[in-house]
Amino acid sequence: MTTQALFSQLLIGLINGSFYALLSLGLAVIFGLLNVVNFCHGALYMLGALVAWYLLEHLGIGYWWALLISPLVVGLFGVVIERTMLRRLYGLDPLYGLLLTFGLALIIQGVARNYFGVSGEPYDIPSQLTGGKNLGFMFLPNYRAWVVAVSVVICSLTWFVVERTRVGAYLRAGTENSILVQAFGINVPRMLTLTYGAGVALAALAGVMAAPITRVSPLMGADLIIVVFAVVVIGGMGSIFGSIVTGFALGVIEGLTKVFYPEASNTVIFLIMAIVLLVKPAGLFGRTT
Amino acid sequence: MRTASRLLAFALPCLLPLTAAAQMTGNVLKIGILNDQSGLYADLGGQGSVTAAKMAAEEFGGKVNGVPIEVIFADHQNKPDIGSGIATKWYDVDGVDVIVDVPNSGVALAIAKLTADKNKVFIDSGAATSDLTGKACTPNTVHWTYDTWALANGTGKEVVRAGGKTWFFLTADYAFGKALERDTRAVVEANGGQVLGTVLHPLNTSDFSSFLLQAQASKANIIGLANAGGDTINSIKAASEFGIVSGGQKLAGLLVFISDVHSLGLKTAQGLQLTSSFYWDRDAKTRAWSEKFAARNGGKKPTMVQAGVYAGVLHYLKSVAALKADGDGKAVVEKMKALPTDDPLFGKGTIRADGRKIHPMYLYEVKKPSESKGPWDYYKLVKEIPAAEAFRPLAASECPLITKK
Repeated sequence: MTTQALFSQLLIGLINGSFYALLSLGLAVIFGLLNVVNFCHGALYMLGALVAWYLLEHLGIGYWWALLISPLVVGLFGVVIERTMLRRLYGLDPLYGLLLTFGLALIIQGVARNYFGVSGEPYDIPSQLTGGKNLGFMFLPNYRAWVVAVSVVICSLTWFVVERTRVGAYLRAGTENSILVQAFGINVPRMLTLTYGAGVALAALAGVMAAPITRVSPLMGADLIIVVFAVVVIGGMGSIFGSIVTGFALGVIEGLTKVFYPEASNTVIFLIMAIVLLVKPAGLFGRTT
Repeated sequence: MRTASRLLAFALPCLLPLTAAAQMTGNVLKIGILNDQSGLYADLGGQGSVTAAKMAAEEFGGKVNGVPIEVIFADHQNKPDIGSGIATKWYDVDGVDVIVDVPNSGVALAIAKLTADKNKVFIDSGAATSDLTGKACTPNTVHWTYDTWALANGTGKEVVRAGGKTWFFLTADYAFGKALERDTRAVVEANGGQVLGTVLHPLNTSDFSSFLLQAQASKANIIGLANAGGDTINSIKAASEFGIVSGGQKLAGLLVFISDVHSLGLKTAQGLQLTSSFYWDRDAKTRAWSEKFAARNGGKKPTMVQAGVYAGVLHYLKSVAALKADGDGKAVVEKMKALPTDDPLFGKGTIRADGRKIHPMYLYEVKKPSESKGPWDYYKLVKEIPAAEAFRPLAASECPLITKK
């Protein structure tokens, strides 16, 4: 294997990793702050892409506006889910939240499949980002470079908001002891609603980013969500920093597997998950409570 | 005496339907459509295949030899164990007489063996592997629509002739992909081409960029896509994005369905050559049937797999009607082979001793966006491959039914 080929596979891994990071970020935020295992994350990611496709196909609204509108629309949908259903399960075992969101995922996917079939709809790369650069060792499409850049910016921003700002401090305090925080005059239920909405909006954003690369298909989320959950578990449930780092790292490992032993590329992540859970049950960056 | 005649008067009407349907098992003829209803192959078969089978049954008047025809379906989820489980229950408990469609070669090979063990009938439309009429052939299998040998012989041969001498394969890592690569490799090498390498990818992969870069590094003229459905779509999309085609390498989609082209859009798919046994816009008959089908299928035109389900079921019903029996699967398939086939979609044809349905294949090219008049107007004919040349000759067959003779 030449160093050229190695470099290009590392870069590809990084690109895929940025999707893992973006998706596991939303999951980590929701689990870390709400203690909800959001199994419908993949379905909402798909919904994000579907909204972008609908905007373009039926309303003539292009990619750039979709980047803004789709997360808002899907985030709002998330708020409705939280207000009407999820909220009732906060005091209970996390298993209930998992079952509810898993059911929701099946319903959303089923409805979408009924209307769109499984092959998916085409969604073109925006004209500003077509083409690519020859880096010497590989041809890097501009759009993929853009994905990595956006992913890094969004991940750092989210980490900063949750870990380093006053709002983030309220959020973290609210999950530790919501009664005490409410006593300080902060509306904790509303804060949780908005957090869930924001987590969901992150999934939708990832969906819009993915639309031009994969197809806009009802199954796009289902294919990805299991891997993303593995990423979150390896990174340590609820650790935002952990899920970002693990997302990128696993993308790279998966990319390398595709070269050295391609048949195992679908399973390598789960192998790592099993090993990590044996050695460090709370995940690489998780806190044992 | 009076009691006896009363008894007779009572008993005779009961016997009547029995004599009419003397050789029919059960009081209904059950056709089971077993395919992928929810995964990556659901659009090329799925509910469309169920609709196609129902259309064939309706055309037959809903009855054969006096018993009603019923069409049922199930989702095998592309897993041979699930497919076998459903088929066993269908045959043993639900009284299913024939299983139709079964895309996914892995599942199809399992169903072929099971059907032979139970002496029922298996008409495959969706699966590709040429082993179904090769070393895994049975007296109970009919392989209708296409197979890997025919695809290799169509697209593979044409691409080599056009100057594509060196090949690199992206191969789906299961029975189908391996069979397609094997058959194409044979055609490439027989026509003076050379295979530089191959990479096996898992079924249902979403990102192909890594595999495509390996293909790019091989510097082969042609990247052969020995995969199907969603995998083919994703490969072609990624290849266009990573500048593989603009870099001078060409893609050869060895199995491309019209549902794939629809999903890719003409902008990405244009110029792609593919081999198919059916295109809805080929002649007046195929158009008329496809219009009727699309009206019942959400406006989507039929794939060759769905067309094959319709034609296969129609011929099966004709054969059962001619035989006046459906119980002995082997006898039904023998009748199917004895009767010439004739339907509006594939025209006149035959079923060979090894179970292979024989009809012409067509090499198509995907139109440019400017050439297309609208949705589903996607193909232009490059050439017709006559029935006699379209499929593997019997002389080269590994089928025990042939070699034993």
